Amino acid sequence: MAILIDENTTALVQGFTGQIGMFHSMEMIEYGTKIVGGVTPGKGGTKCLNRPVFDTVREAVEETGATASISFVPPPFAADGIMEAADAGIKYCICITDGIPAHDMIRVKRYMRRYKAERKMVLTGPNCAGSISPGKSMLGIMPPNIYMKGQVGIIGRSGTLGYEAASQLKTMGIGISTSVGIGGDPINGSAFRDHLARFEEDEETKVVVIIGEIGGPQESDAALFYKENMTTPVVGYIAGLTAPRGRRMGHAGAVISAFGESAAEKVEIFQECGITVVPSPADFGQTVADVLGAI
Amino acid sequence: MLEWIIEEPVLVSVSVDCEYSFHFTHGGVADNLDIHEYQSKEILVNFGIPIPRGGVAYSPEQAVYRANEIGGERWLVKAQIHSGARGKAGGISICTGNEEIWNAADELLGKRLITNQTGNQGKLVHRLYVEEALEIASEYYIGFVLDRQKEQVAVVASSQGGVEIEEIAVAKPDSIVRTTVEPAVGMQPFQAREIAFKLKVGNPLVSQMVAILMGCYQALVELDAIMVEINPLAFIQGGGLVALDAKMSFDDNALFRRPNISELRDKSQEDVREMKAADRGLSYVGLDGNIGCIINGAGLAMATMDIIKQAGGEPANFLDIGGGASPERVAKAFNLILSDDNVETIVVNIFAGINRCDWVAEGIIQAVSKLDLQIPVVVRLAGTNVDLGRRILRESGLPILMADTLKEVAEMAVASWREHTGRMGR
Repeated sequence: MAILIDENTTALVQGFTGQIGMFHSMEMIEYGTKIVGGVTPGKGGTKCLNRPVFDTVREAVEETGATASISFVPPPFAADGIMEAADAGIKYCICITDGIPAHDMIRVKRYMRRYKAERKMVLTGPNCAGSISPGKSMLGIMPPNIYMKGQVGIIGRSGTLGYEAASQLKTMGIGISTSVGIGGDPINGSAFRDHLARFEEDEETKVVVIIGEIGGPQESDAALFYKENMTTPVVGYIAGLTAPRGRRMGHAGAVISAFGESAAEKVEIFQECGITVVPSPADFGQTVADVLGAI
Repeated sequence: MLEWIIEEPVLVSVSVDCEYSFHFTHGGVADNLDIHEYQSKEILVNFGIPIPRGGVAYSPEQAVYRANEIGGERWLVKAQIHSGARGKAGGISICTGNEEIWNAADELLGKRLITNQTGNQGKLVHRLYVEEALEIASEYYIGFVLDRQKEQVAVVASSQGGVEIEEIAVAKPDSIVRTTVEPAVGMQPFQAREIAFKLKVGNPLVSQMVAILMGCYQALVELDAIMVEINPLAFIQGGGLVALDAKMSFDDNALFRRPNISELRDKSQEDVREMKAADRGLSYVGLDGNIGCIINGAGLAMATMDIIKQAGGEPANFLDIGGGASPERVAKAFNLILSDDNVETIVVNIFAGINRCDWVAEGIIQAVSKLDLQIPVVVRLAGTNVDLGRRILRESGLPILMADTLKEVAEMAVASWREHTGRMGR
């Protein structure tokens, strides 16, 4: 098992024929991901990477039966693309695009509330590296060779820090069930807690690593969720101990503006809730090994 | 900048004890687009928000002219900088005649005004706003901001305006009224009415307060603002409600569709180094340490800074060179880092996904050989084309220290910095 994506996931690429979309599609296909087609308005009926291109997501879903999509649609049109996927019946959408206006994301989140739970699309990102279930499927822009198949779930805001964690685990011979990037934007598709719930249900996942950072309430929410609802152990790291208040550290969401948003405060909340804190970003591997060893 | 977010309390024992926790953050430069008070007022007046009569001045002569144009007996000469708390810092003068106005303007123009939000560099005053001074009967606070918890726009208001909202939150938390706006339908008049009645503005002012609240929300949404604040919104005897100060901040990501807002940018209010970085596609935040950092990815950048600190060093900056960095961009990152005189060691930490270690290595070599660097450079490469990248660095013959892991790069950086400077700590 894994969460969100596995060897049976069939996916579309939104923004398929663009330079970035095509490049990453090739990588995903090479990894073995079942990319069954793509969407670029105006290019319907053509082929790209030997796969059909459609004008609309609805048409692509009807023709291919795809259940997932990964979007490289440029920022001005990206929110629209997400809503299109949700309405076309896509179950899981990953939005890689960086730079979507905040008000657009507010509209996206509101729009998605119109669907009942069983029909509602799961969205990760925007501004993320995507998700990978090693050995099964990759929907993202990550270097796949650093992810070994195994029993640890990862949820992270940052792409490269997620790579760092995955490669430390691999060095220690520890593999990953699924790694999920939720993205660095202030308003994103889904939060740590949404995926903690999925990992809790996943029998294969023995430990979950959450890689958070300064800014926003989602790490604290995750800690409370863990305390109240989970038996699978969680280890957590918060980046930004040295970040000054009120300055945005790269990610639009990484700014300390309220109580509970600094790294020190989030770490304290983790500890209060029983999450094992990774003391330094060099200790992902060792901390997870220790927690796995204690099970 | 005054950016703020209001949250529900976190339900664990480390939580604060007031109902809502307020922390307002200041001093941001390249984070979002901030504009001046007079610009915010010029925008808001078009959304039906009443403002005092006023005009912009770039010289003492112009300031006097503006005051005469406005008429009346008392005027405010207000420094236009991207910061709140200008009054306490001496940035606002009340004047009663031409000579006073001339002197106040002369004193302020060209001065670096230091407020509790600007840092000790202060911000350069090169525009003034001259405004009629009004007799204030009472002062309200209204603010609109994105609520990350609810993923909606939050409206905050208080009957205790005139001081900073975080002071109100501490001194008079009960005076604060808060609601969020359903994005599908936007702010509704009943919500504005509820706020007006809770603030006890009095029946004659309710409809005006409602119009002001609705107007601010409309401005926020239509212009992709992420913050609108009027403080104080004053009741003027015989003159109704008037916005005496106004602030707006805009979403960088939405500027592509707001050309009129982009034009309001005032580069003189931004940190020169951060501005240059942003123009070159680099995300930079200066700090006061001495180990310069060149990293890809915001999370990894923060984590690398943290581990340098844990190893006993002090990072000089946050710098994310982003994805797909060319050798030229890496070389530019070196130039940028070295423009900070405090930098005595450079760390490069790249975990290449869509980046390529060989390109990064070439960029490092370009920079190190061209700049004739006299300080230690410690490099850690991982990910795409790592072996090639390392080989390029090794074969260059340049004095570049190479680390394999995150831990190693931090420890080597701090050790080399100590050796290079002969100091143990800052």
